[in-house]
Amino acid sequence: MAIFLTKDSKVIVQGMTGATGMKHTKLMLGDGTNIVGGVNPRKAGTSVDFDGTEVPVFGTVAEAMEKTGANVSVLFVPPAFAKAAVVEAIDAEIPLAVVITEGIAVHDSAAFWAYAKSKGNKTRIIGPNCPGLITPGQSNAGIIPGDITKPGRIGLVSKSGTLTYQMMYELRDIGFSSAVGIGGDPVIGTTHIDALEAFQADPDTDLIVMIGEIGGDAEERAADYIKANVTKPVVGYVAGFTAPEGKTMGHAGAIVSGSSGTAQAKKEALEAAGVKVGKTPSETARLARQVLGG
Amino acid sequence: MDLFEYQARDLFAKHGVPVLAGEVIDTPEAAREATERLGGKSVVKAQVKVGGRGKAGGVKLAATPDEAVARATDILGMDIKGHTVHKVMIAETAPEIAEEYYVSYLLDRTNRTFLAMASVAGGMDIEEVAATTPEKLAKVPVDANEGVSIEKAREIVAQAQFPAEVAEKVAEVLVTLWKTFIAEDALLVEVNPLAKVASGDVLALDGKVSLDANAEFRQAEHAALEDKDAANPLEAAAKAKGLNYVKLDGQVGIIGNGAGLVMSTLDVVAYAGENHGGVKPANFLDIGGGASAEVMANGLEIILGDPDVKSVFVNVFGGITACDEVAKGIVQALELLKSKGEDVTKPLVVRLDGNNAELGRKILSDANHPLVQRVDTMDGAADKAAELAAAK
Repeated sequence: MAIFLTKDSKVIVQGMTGATGMKHTKLMLGDGTNIVGGVNPRKAGTSVDFDGTEVPVFGTVAEAMEKTGANVSVLFVPPAFAKAAVVEAIDAEIPLAVVITEGIAVHDSAAFWAYAKSKGNKTRIIGPNCPGLITPGQSNAGIIPGDITKPGRIGLVSKSGTLTYQMMYELRDIGFSSAVGIGGDPVIGTTHIDALEAFQADPDTDLIVMIGEIGGDAEERAADYIKANVTKPVVGYVAGFTAPEGKTMGHAGAIVSGSSGTAQAKKEALEAAGVKVGKTPSETARLARQVLGG
Repeated sequence: MDLFEYQARDLFAKHGVPVLAGEVIDTPEAAREATERLGGKSVVKAQVKVGGRGKAGGVKLAATPDEAVARATDILGMDIKGHTVHKVMIAETAPEIAEEYYVSYLLDRTNRTFLAMASVAGGMDIEEVAATTPEKLAKVPVDANEGVSIEKAREIVAQAQFPAEVAEKVAEVLVTLWKTFIAEDALLVEVNPLAKVASGDVLALDGKVSLDANAEFRQAEHAALEDKDAANPLEAAAKAKGLNYVKLDGQVGIIGNGAGLVMSTLDVVAYAGENHGGVKPANFLDIGGGASAEVMANGLEIILGDPDVKSVFVNVFGGITACDEVAKGIVQALELLKSKGEDVTKPLVVRLDGNNAELGRKILSDANHPLVQRVDTMDGAADKAAELAAAK
């Protein structure tokens, strides 16, 4: 099963012919992802050879979907062009758009999110500023290394890419059903709650690990959701206890404003919802083992 | 990036929000001419990025150009809640104020939309209004694609129950303020107070603007708004090198890859420090993916240049980045710094995990640099780095 992405997913790459797109398309193919095309209006009709795999380039997302049956798009499009690319994916009604791009202006992400909503949210957006998602052994849509871990029964949702990798590594012997990096921007498509809902419904997931960080109130709202809707065990981790107020810590969304968005408040909210929260990534991994072992 | 009041005023004026005349100066003597240009009297306003400056004595009336010089002399150099006043705005004196209102637009992260806020209870701290009399603060979601037309502005005005005689004027301000918000890629535009003056006009007497750093690619003019005087010199140097760095007040220098992992590293070091005399992380530095030797050298140079730093913790999880490349980067960075004549004496603790970790660890072991210690777990390395910082 897994969530959002399976071996049957047919993936296209918007921005495949750029340097980052080329590098990661090759890696995704290596992880077994069924990549059926790239999108670039200036190179439509050509194809790119990835170590013997010919991937055709289409002019538009709609054309790529029509010719290949694609149902997932991964976007490696520079910030200045990202909004137009996401809007194109929404117009084509592709079921899943994974926006890897970092540095998108928030007016652009707010605009494409509002647009997706106005179109009935037919396209699930993951990101922006995220590492994408992986269903180990089946498919990889983004930049998460495919060789950290194997298929297993932990579901992971995280705002941070490297903490996703760190946690997958800590629990590599157990393995993951899916790991979803939702991104560290102030406005993102898929939230912790969306992933929690999907993992709760996924018969292949026994335990959910949720990684948050300072800024906004997504973790607090996730805590409310867990309390009301999630019966599977959830183990949590929050980064940024030592972050000073008013400073952006790397991710555009990672900022404590006044007294809101602190790691302490998030930890307390999660614990009040019955989530075991680790102080460090390693302690979080130990808690996950305990839950699965007991 | 938060702006000063005078910068907000300039942006408001540019987009048609009604404001009073004013100019910013940084010497007392300049207050004279500026006040003369305003007809001989002015308001001298401290420019600090913190609220409550009026109560702190940072806003004074000047009835003559001489008085303006005297007030500017008082205010320049004043400390307001830890912010030193380096600039004052010499502003036109406001006509008699009848009422004070509040209007703003901001990003509502929770609902992933923009939000208009408006209140007839302006002139005071809006968070206090929100807390004590929430019914006096109207909050109206604004669709990013639909924006604020005059009809939408009237809806906001109606919800906030503005008096009929100013309703249309406030609505017009809301339309121009929205233009400011969009055109400048702002995260916040706030007018407080929006004053109704004796003539019946409404004027933005004070304001706050915060701009989106991610929009710099299409906002070429925003770079000039940066307050270079206030920036920490290490932060300024890091920014010049394209590094994502935040100065903190501890002793353990931190370098890592990925914002989340670096934030986590700061926390783990702070916990470890509890057992080592209370040492803390000295900075946040994310070198991002694919750290080359050059990026590593740039990062190390900034951190080693921080006199507060007693030890350095390099924490890398090789995702796409291969740890052997990172290890080579560290070794080359130390050589590079040495060749530049920099005397590196601070110990480095390096933890490498993930992609090609074994190769990377071997490179560090083979290099056998006297200042570099390998510890292969994040917790263990944090503890070692804290211990070394405490011992110095």
